[in-house]
Amino acid sequence: MPSLGATYGRGAATLPQWDVANADAILIMGSNMAESHPIAYRFVLQAKQKGATVMHADPRFTRTSAMADLYAPVRAGSDIAFLGGIIRHILENDLWFREYALHYTNLATIIDERFRGADELDGVFSGWDEEGRRYVYDSWQYEGMTVPSSLAEHHVNTTESFNDETKRLSHAPVPQDLTLEHPNCVYRIMRRHYARYTPEMVERVTGCPADVFLKVCEALTRNSGRERTATICYAVGWTHHSTGVQIIRAAAIIQALLGNVGRPGGGILALRGHTSIQGSTDIPTLYNMLPGYLPMPHAYKPHDTLKDYLEIEETPTGWWSNFPKYAVSLFRAWYGDAATPGNDWGYDWLPRIVGDHSQLPLTLAVRDGIIKGLFVMGQNPVVGSSNAGMVRRGLANLEWMVVRDFTETETAAFWHHGDARPQDIATEVFLMPCTFAGEKAGSFTNTHRLVQWHDAVVEGPGDSRSELWFMHHLALRVKALYAGSTDPKDAPVRHLTWDYPVRGPKQEPDAEAVLKEINGYTWASDPAERRQIADFKDLKDDGSTACGCWIYCGAFPADDHNKTRDRTPDGPDGPGTHLNWAFAWPSNRRTLNNRASADPDGKPWSERKRLLWWDAEQERWTGHDEPDFPEEKPPHFEPDWDSKPTGMDAITGNDPFIMIADGKASLFVPSGLKDGPLPTHYEPLESPVPNPLYKQQGNPTAKRWEHDDNELHPIGDPAHPYVLTTYRLTEHHSGGAPTRSVPTTAELQPEGFAEIPPELAAELGITTLDWVVLETARGAIETRALVTERLRPFVIDGRRVHQIGMPWHYGWHGYATGDIANVLTACVGDPNTSMHENKALTCALRKGRLAR
Amino acid sequence: MTALIPDESALTAGTTVRPGRRYGFFTDTTLCIGCKACEVACKEWNALPADIPGLTGMSYDNTVDLSADTWRHVLFVEKIAPQAGGERVTTMPPFQSNWLMMSDVCKHCSPAPCLEACPTGSLFRTEFDTVVVQQDICNGCGYCVPACPFGVVDLNLSDGKAHKCTLCYDRLKGGLEPACAKSCPTDSIQFGEIDDLTERARGRVEELRGLGRDDAYLYGAPGTPGATGGIERLNAFFLLTDRPEVYNLPEHPTRPAERFAPGMAAGLAAVAGLTLAAALLFGRNGGGDGGRP
Repeated sequence: MPSLGATYGRGAATLPQWDVANADAILIMGSNMAESHPIAYRFVLQAKQKGATVMHADPRFTRTSAMADLYAPVRAGSDIAFLGGIIRHILENDLWFREYALHYTNLATIIDERFRGADELDGVFSGWDEEGRRYVYDSWQYEGMTVPSSLAEHHVNTTESFNDETKRLSHAPVPQDLTLEHPNCVYRIMRRHYARYTPEMVERVTGCPADVFLKVCEALTRNSGRERTATICYAVGWTHHSTGVQIIRAAAIIQALLGNVGRPGGGILALRGHTSIQGSTDIPTLYNMLPGYLPMPHAYKPHDTLKDYLEIEETPTGWWSNFPKYAVSLFRAWYGDAATPGNDWGYDWLPRIVGDHSQLPLTLAVRDGIIKGLFVMGQNPVVGSSNAGMVRRGLANLEWMVVRDFTETETAAFWHHGDARPQDIATEVFLMPCTFAGEKAGSFTNTHRLVQWHDAVVEGPGDSRSELWFMHHLALRVKALYAGSTDPKDAPVRHLTWDYPVRGPKQEPDAEAVLKEINGYTWASDPAERRQIADFKDLKDDGSTACGCWIYCGAFPADDHNKTRDRTPDGPDGPGTHLNWAFAWPSNRRTLNNRASADPDGKPWSERKRLLWWDAEQERWTGHDEPDFPEEKPPHFEPDWDSKPTGMDAITGNDPFIMIADGKASLFVPSGLKDGPLPTHYEPLESPVPNPLYKQQGNPTAKRWEHDDNELHPIGDPAHPYVLTTYRLTEHHSGGAPTRSVPTTAELQPEGFAEIPPELAAELGITTLDWVVLETARGAIETRALVTERLRPFVIDGRRVHQIGMPWHYGWHGYATGDIANVLTACVGDPNTSMHENKALTCALRKGRLAR
Repeated sequence: MTALIPDESALTAGTTVRPGRRYGFFTDTTLCIGCKACEVACKEWNALPADIPGLTGMSYDNTVDLSADTWRHVLFVEKIAPQAGGERVTTMPPFQSNWLMMSDVCKHCSPAPCLEACPTGSLFRTEFDTVVVQQDICNGCGYCVPACPFGVVDLNLSDGKAHKCTLCYDRLKGGLEPACAKSCPTDSIQFGEIDDLTERARGRVEELRGLGRDDAYLYGAPGTPGATGGIERLNAFFLLTDRPEVYNLPEHPTRPAERFAPGMAAGLAAVAGLTLAAALLFGRNGGGDGGRP
């Protein structure tokens, strides 16, 4: 989540799920929390039982709306207009938490005089390069200094490399005007930027009645401040847009203005879309990061040597100045004794990326025959990927594909279904049985960074093997193939340490040994002499420590203590941070930026919302949570600017956002985002209406991947007049393999369908259970109609707009079947994350069936 | 059998399971989010087969009703526009959903009409005050099916026997909370001792009324709707916010035995009357057979 990374410094939920129970108001938007995160939703209901106001803003009335106090209907893809309206409401009515926002955010910071906002340039910011379809970021910087972005998810994607200018951060405090009079201070810029997001405009763009919108504003602001806090929960309903990152940014701005970050019951709960998805960005399955959010070396960036890489990516001030320690310790863990100061600790053995290698461009590369072989693990892309018809056609161009799953998925079966002609498909498919969670040991990192261990409780059946077993033995076989090679290009494989102990007749690797390495230990060639490290403060850049992922340091702090196994909850008397229940990164801190739970003097904002405070006697931060701040830095600490301080020495005693170079939450983001320093409403790339707010229609930097097999509809296309949003059901899991193939879950939602509002159904003569055909430029599918008031027609900028909803879980295999909704969707993406826009597109609808 | 964790239910439900005490469910429909975890947990634990009947088009309810193979059923009633074709509302009163959801289950009535109708003694009251069908004794006569005022008990067509929720009799014996209640993420289904649950439920009704939900009431607790017609209480009782019929529950369930006395009297009178009539009719020709040609 580069959005939360760029705003608060870390791309992760700021609070534990259970802390939502302490909120006084909860806004759920971009999430159908009751259906997609039913277990976390218990905490919403606990808060509600204590009197909290629960609000749900969504294109569809769902099981979440049903349990809310207030439901705000919004057109799919209009979220920034809604949130921008809230920002305007807060600023224009002076409802922001003054002491908090003035000191803990960059609200007072002065921006370069060359900056021009989207309000002046009709939807783009200064620095727009029309030819290159990209921004030059100079004019977005703080006056007189260049501010590097916090290292976070997709860092390499989202940031440029910086030069000596960033070093000026250690020369003086950032330029601020605490009177907020300066015309180019962030406060003034934001007021100008959001001036047009009036309640009337919100209604015109989103379709949400202005009075309902104002009720949301009122509940959020009434429940924020010293005595009260509000939480915002979101999920993939925000990320799956061409503006996904900026939608989340808008929420992050609201929470920072209202003083809701780092405090009990306040913050942003990023509900991850999958089991352990947080873990898969911490120790990434993403192509552009190394473990712990370290940037992946890039061939076209000045990353030639380790020295270059560290200098360019190191943030001079703030916690990220420790980055070299984490990088060198990672290389030590990977390359062991082969890593030496003379060979840059093996830095040259890391592959370089050359561009965007994420899922969507990968899909197109498979389609065009550029990629020859594919491993598919924990995924069912023929159902779950955008433009799924193209995905399926593309698989026929592979030479080989390995699918590891516990049943034959649609992906594994692509070559013998429907119009596929097996005699024409040369792809060799290897379907290998995998084990399920209960059949293997390992850890899950849940949505709030909590790492919890689980043991294998039963042996997997037949020839099934865990993913760990597969990767381990694959690595050993690959290493054996290269063992005798003297070719330098094979060195990365030869030098990789691979000494995990195995157990039992199946030679299953010891998963705890992997976690020990992830946690980190003092380096010794002899494993018996290695000692576990308990805190990442003890990691070094001299090769004396090895650590697989620095933020997980503390998860396995001693040889005999796997902290992720700890299961002691706090009792009913509190404090309720449950520090002895498993491990949360970083350093078991449950609420990020929790220094902000105290006022600038270090005192709790109120008795009711105590979390962390400065103990003047002990001269340290104390409280109910692990401090996310240097324990002994007093609240009134000021850097000695004459000494050109670096790292944490340049952070004052009231800068809670320690992962940001200036220690303040970035309401205005000078670096780190491709599409602008402030969230701006753009229409989805496929939209039934012109952008009512600006001349600029869509996100100018959005990724489009133009391809004959990936066409988009024009704006207001009369052939595709309806908005389509795809979604999940609580009864099924993602691509459906684990639930459609199990009878007891399959029967709960046994067949695909599309939700259609009664007004549209009446126009088209459709009744419930009729067959209907949905069609886009990418493909056509048939499904059953479910006519329901959960969807409502909108009037958008004077036009009537209908929305259709369709779950995307279905495919042709298993007990619960249906056409694949993703056949309709397109490969387009957010410029920062390359995340697709399957939550808002346009389509055609008619009654009837497809001729097949 | 020794459970892996002794008295696990103390950890998961805050109650220990001991023979001789009365246990049941309190289902608070104002907390149900319709996730159907109870349905799945029930089928998994009890090894019940799936039905997979297909898409019903009735809201998100594809289970339709309780049956021999389905012992938990989450019911959905959509009221997004209070009147058909009316305005869809955006503001909801406290804890009143515009999409009612309720996890239905066997009520484990006391006294239990199904048990009273059972001629074989297969249906019995357990040491936990729950009602269970003993599969090795049931002869499939089916008397229990119409006896149940809630339409819960059902015969399985493959073995011909009666099946229904056991309130996880096997789990209770092992000190475990029933599967459905344990899996419920929002504590809509609460397991415990009846007296504790009743007290908690009454408190919840008071709380909701304090929030302005004057229509919250208990169904099946002693002295409330649902505990009528000779049924003293439902050991699985509910908190509702609309009329019972909206949730497909009878407004006034009655124990058939309650109808037995008047029914019996009327029946006996009818028989007596018929006998008398017959006697009068045929008695006149008494012995006349021999007189026929």
